[in-house]
Amino acid sequence: MTKVTVAEEWLNACAGCEIAILNVGDVLVDLLVNNLEFVHIPVLIDKKYFGQTGEDKELSIPEAVVGIVSGGVRNEEHKEVLLEMRKKCQILIALGTCATDGGIPAMINMYSEEELKQFYYKDSPTTDPAEYPTEHIPPLLDQCYALDEIVKVDVSLPGCPPHPDWIAGAILALLDGKTEFKMPERSVCDACPTVRESKKGIADIKRLYMAAEYDPEKPLNEMRCLLEQGLLCLGPVTGVGCGGTKGAPRCISARVPCRGCYGPVRKGAKPLVDYMGALASVGFDPAKMPDRRGYLARFSGAHGVLKKIG
Amino acid sequence: MGKTLNIAPITRIEGHASVSIHLDDTGNVSDARMHVLSLRGFEQFVLGRPVEEVPRIVPRICGICPWHHHLASNKAADACLGVELPPTGRKLRELCQMMAYIPDKILHFYFLAAPDFVLGPDADYSVRNVVGIVGANPELAKKVVHMRYKGQMLLEKFAGKVIHPVAGVVGGFSKPLLEEERKEILAGIQELKDFSIFTIKFAREEVFPKYLDAVKILGVFPSGYLGTVRPSDGALELYDGELRMMDKDGNFDQFTYPEYVDYIGEHTEPWTYLKFPYSRKAGSLNLDENDPVGVYRANTLARINVCDKMATPMAQEELEIFRKEFGRPTHLTLLYHWARLIELVQACERAEELLNDPEITGREHRAKNIEPRAGDGVGCVEAPRGTLIHHYKTDDNGMVTMANMIVGTTHNNAPMNLSVKQAARALIKDGSYDQGILNRVEMAIRAYDP
Repeated sequence: MTKVTVAEEWLNACAGCEIAILNVGDVLVDLLVNNLEFVHIPVLIDKKYFGQTGEDKELSIPEAVVGIVSGGVRNEEHKEVLLEMRKKCQILIALGTCATDGGIPAMINMYSEEELKQFYYKDSPTTDPAEYPTEHIPPLLDQCYALDEIVKVDVSLPGCPPHPDWIAGAILALLDGKTEFKMPERSVCDACPTVRESKKGIADIKRLYMAAEYDPEKPLNEMRCLLEQGLLCLGPVTGVGCGGTKGAPRCISARVPCRGCYGPVRKGAKPLVDYMGALASVGFDPAKMPDRRGYLARFSGAHGVLKKIG
Repeated sequence: MGKTLNIAPITRIEGHASVSIHLDDTGNVSDARMHVLSLRGFEQFVLGRPVEEVPRIVPRICGICPWHHHLASNKAADACLGVELPPTGRKLRELCQMMAYIPDKILHFYFLAAPDFVLGPDADYSVRNVVGIVGANPELAKKVVHMRYKGQMLLEKFAGKVIHPVAGVVGGFSKPLLEEERKEILAGIQELKDFSIFTIKFAREEVFPKYLDAVKILGVFPSGYLGTVRPSDGALELYDGELRMMDKDGNFDQFTYPEYVDYIGEHTEPWTYLKFPYSRKAGSLNLDENDPVGVYRANTLARINVCDKMATPMAQEELEIFRKEFGRPTHLTLLYHWARLIELVQACERAEELLNDPEITGREHRAKNIEPRAGDGVGCVEAPRGTLIHHYKTDDNGMVTMANMIVGTTHNNAPMNLSVKQAARALIKDGSYDQGILNRVEMAIRAYDP
């Protein structure tokens, strides 16, 4: 059997997606030995952009059937690498919510570059104030972008990080000759086993310093829905999948509310608007919600969702 | 006119950086630098957020050590809101800290560092990686993958998420540990401990001796060190204690977390986004690898240097072997790998101790009656790469008004640069270099990775 060539890159990323690839587990070794040939993956292989002795003038990545890219696009180098990946890979997978929707790092889209650098290089309590660095480093773009704002993306696997079930599922589908792999367009609530009592009239929203009520000896399907308990759970406006193809939502398993790490339920959805409806449905006044943007666009600040303040 | 070699990306590390090596007319190294190419802005975008939400945001600083950011952030948020933790909550957090350490160290040693040691720094890049390791020793490779995975899944099953965790909450932990969970985790930890002891013995007897020559020349320079110790006896601490800043001769100051601003300053250079922390006591920072000023290092070797002893018995035996051979402090950069495995043993032993502590299954896992307030809190833990410092201030509603974070990689920015320069100067002579030599320069950086 011919091995399928794979190139992998990370842009404005944290490496959590790459660790999630490793968390595919024992199956991964067999895939690595029998099915996949990584031709480029900086976290594991020493392939260099400018040749192995660093003397080439142009950045180059080898050709591959499948390209996997994690992270958003925040600076000129990210953009250059992404364009090269698109050019060299037949099928491009956006891996993780940073790649599909900007992820947490896209929260910076609320602020100007000047604000960011002013604190970091001048105002921080430990920093000796200095001019901003500019030499031999790629300039920042005006904001942090999702991949599909720059290039065509073939497969989107959101999640912070994506559950290994979906990573393995997509790889196996591609090995099987398929060119498509789609995540279900349902919400976290659809996979959540907790009990909705549908009684209106929550007295007050509980912030995260207040605990959920539950009996730890009893399973999740005997715990009352956290949103109904007053905790700001973003399940209603978040894409399903964090528990894998079968499991319960991960945060709910830890008895804490969802924060939206799989991004919107479907492309183009408006979590900010939809969540106001969800709050109203449990009887809470949406106007009382604190730090709305900080909750509702925490993982999805690309695609123009988060704009600069002021 | 000389030329510049661009080594990009630096590989088999976690993160985004490149190296430029500048050669003069004679082909010798005039300068070498490590450039960190991104600036994400966590300190900016946590402003205005409820402080108890910050531990759910900052794990994305690093997907390899998200638990450590999660826990340091929780500690800072606790301090802002003036919360005292019940003992069970504190111990559950420490248990997760230990359980997060174990797979990380297995990953780093076997997947990121081992290709240089097992296959050799001169092996072609196409085999000098984890796939090459699988080819060279398939049984061991399968065992490594399985043990790392097992460690990750034990934590995930208990705490919900293993990457970018959520179970640490202001005031403690979101759920208690049930007795059946305790038994299952303990059995897993015992298996991981056996594997860890096998690993350090294997490395000590079969891997490191072959590379002692490289250890003695690659990235070697005198510096200070930063790490955490147990206040009662100076033992190496991975979760909670006081910070120790040692100078290159082994003298040290010991201080509490909020005092960090008196001991650490940060300097900026024009050619990298990453700042350069330095020891305030030295008064300034000088990046001369022969006579550095203000430079200190963090991460495994730093902790092994600053501590008086290890906190657990088998790790202590390993420290004694290490100290007998290399003394204290030792400035040999590649010994980070050896120090890493001594800590791996302590993390396993400490996890076992915690799981055998009757309080670990207590039901007081979270403080009650927490209220927002104006506050100023510093939370630290030792991440695999070095001390994490999370410092937040809040307003009356418990919203963040200031966040200053100094993380593992940042502490090591100056030493990584000096290691690169020292290694490049030692290895590149009269315009002669090849892939193996450039890989050795990168090895000096890889030592500092998680």
